[in-house]
Amino acid sequence: MTDLLDNTGASSWNSERFQKRLKKRKRAEKSFRLVGLGAIVIALTLLAILLFSIASKGYSAFIQTYITLDITFEQSVLDKTGEGHPAALKAANYGKLVRDALRAEFPDVKTRKDLRALFGLVSKEASNQLREMVLADPSLIGRSMPVALLASDDVDMVHKGYIDRKAPQSDRRVKDDELRWLDVLEKSGALSFKFNSGFFTEGDSREPEKAGIAGAMVGSFFTLLVTIAVAFPIGVLTAIYLEEFAPRNRFNDLIEVNINNLAAVPSIVFGLLGLAIFLNVAHLPRSAPVVGGLTLALMTLPTIIIAARSAVRAVPGSIRQAALSLGASTHQTAFHHVLPLAMPGILTGTIIGLSQALGETAPLLMIGMVAFIADIPHSALDPATVMPVQIFLWADSPERAFVEKTSGAILVLLAFFIFMNALAIVLRKKFERRW
Amino acid sequence: MVQSFAGKRLEAVPETAEEVIISTRNVDVFYGDNHAIRNISLDIPKHRITSLIGPSGCGKSTFLRCLNRMNDTVESCRVSGEILLDGVDIYGKDVDEVLLRARVGMVFQKPNPFPKSVYDNVAYGPRIHGLAENKDELDEMVLTSLERAGLLDEVQNRLHSSGTSLSGGQQQRLCIARALAVRPDIILMDEPCSSLDPIATAKVEELIEELKTNYTIIIVTHSMQQAARISEKTAFFHMGQIVETGATEQLFTSPSDERTQGYITGRFG
Repeated sequence: MTDLLDNTGASSWNSERFQKRLKKRKRAEKSFRLVGLGAIVIALTLLAILLFSIASKGYSAFIQTYITLDITFEQSVLDKTGEGHPAALKAANYGKLVRDALRAEFPDVKTRKDLRALFGLVSKEASNQLREMVLADPSLIGRSMPVALLASDDVDMVHKGYIDRKAPQSDRRVKDDELRWLDVLEKSGALSFKFNSGFFTEGDSREPEKAGIAGAMVGSFFTLLVTIAVAFPIGVLTAIYLEEFAPRNRFNDLIEVNINNLAAVPSIVFGLLGLAIFLNVAHLPRSAPVVGGLTLALMTLPTIIIAARSAVRAVPGSIRQAALSLGASTHQTAFHHVLPLAMPGILTGTIIGLSQALGETAPLLMIGMVAFIADIPHSALDPATVMPVQIFLWADSPERAFVEKTSGAILVLLAFFIFMNALAIVLRKKFERRW
Repeated sequence: MVQSFAGKRLEAVPETAEEVIISTRNVDVFYGDNHAIRNISLDIPKHRITSLIGPSGCGKSTFLRCLNRMNDTVESCRVSGEILLDGVDIYGKDVDEVLLRARVGMVFQKPNPFPKSVYDNVAYGPRIHGLAENKDELDEMVLTSLERAGLLDEVQNRLHSSGTSLSGGQQQRLCIARALAVRPDIILMDEPCSSLDPIATAKVEELIEELKTNYTIIIVTHSMQQAARISEKTAFFHMGQIVETGATEQLFTSPSDERTQGYITGRFG
């Protein structure tokens, strides 16, 4: 007996077999560590490539090319009667001012076709720009001054270097003449970049240089507002009922299984449901954030319920017993103690659900939020689109200038996601209680 | 056999000298198919400390939790028999278990203060039952309860810091103060000192002894010394039954059942 013990005790820790095992164990640990590290490196690289490609394509959406021209605010064009009537000023032909200025810049352009190309350098939006200037300050009439006018999307693309000048003329949207004129303007310092504030304040447009994301942002805001207002209270109350009040029986088990299944249902199915119920039965307005919000609320509910249930379940039973033993009812226990303690978890789950809803496109296509809408919505009942759908619409547009708009919109959407996730962390920290 | 013996004993020595506040007759408790407590009959004297001792899993905590119907929260639990509190069956149809729990307070094995301030912990009971008319009355109630629990001097300056920041012993006394604030007649204690160090235990024991002038206390304990030190009456539970019950001194010095003898001398349990 003692011999055996001595043998195994003293020599086995130095034996060859033991050394081999030790080496093998260390090798396994090391290789697992390397594999894990490799996985992280690959994931981070892919993420970096994604972000870099979006950012490098999208940053130029935030600047826009302007052409500075000497504009003469002709009395004869703007205010023939000389009375300065606002209605007359509003209806005046501002496009003529732009055309005159361009003609003065390039007096040698004569033919109708060339002139049309020349006038096309400046965006159609430029005349609105001049109108607003004059309406804001009628004393401009009769004076002459250099004004930076919004350039057309093609000029913008050339100035940003996205058009290959060496390609044969027939393959280019911007022809040789136009390039020559632009070079002249460039030399005289008339071309300049400005911050594209319109991208954040305008609605969608068919003219890429004028298209903005504000309409989609407001649409997303109203949609999410409806989603929160519907899904949060229903989800939280469902979770509390199921965890704190409902008896354990077959019916409630069935409900639980179904909620878990709903979380895995493809989002487009919820879109069809929304179409069938909210549009065809309830006759709510088509393309409106209220319908989008309700549909997304259906989609988000299972996520919120599941997160809230696990948060409620994580509240220690001793707290419930303490409250019950003091003569609190089940209802008081749930709302005075369990809910506040579960709040951080519930909020985290809710914000994850809302982020999902913010990024959702497919169900909204089904309820008509994919329509072209140039106006910024003023309420949840106005027709609107949302950011991911706007990205989808722009990605689908043929103009070269929409490429950068698409990436720019993705950057804005990503900024929103980062903001929402940061909010989730802040709220969780704020409501967290330690014991 | 033992059961009838215990029953006889109760009849033979009627506790006429003491007013009985809770009287239980033939109580059985089932958790699903598990018959956890068998035919228990026990009288609890008013303004006395009664201790329930016995090996783990013998059903003493289960029995304790019947007395304020905390077992109702366990879905599979079924209670039969009669539990009379001042002559009223607490499992009767018109008894509200929430009000019952206000009358029969409970202190748990592990201190479980709410993650709120010391003040709010104690004020919670009076608040939900509307015991205080105004803020001053509530303040008064909180301070009195803390005072009775012997905690006031230690927490006077941090009434508004978290109850969970106190030491373990202080937390347990805070839980006792919280129970006292609801003005119960009876306080059930489920191994209140098992997670405390000896010094904190001594303090809580001292407190329990002071409390018995105004409250009836029923304490479950694993510590025979504790039962011997503080209680007047002791019931020894074994396998879901009461083996022996009687005056503490008598039960510890001359137990009549050999299992009691074995348990208190440390041969099993």
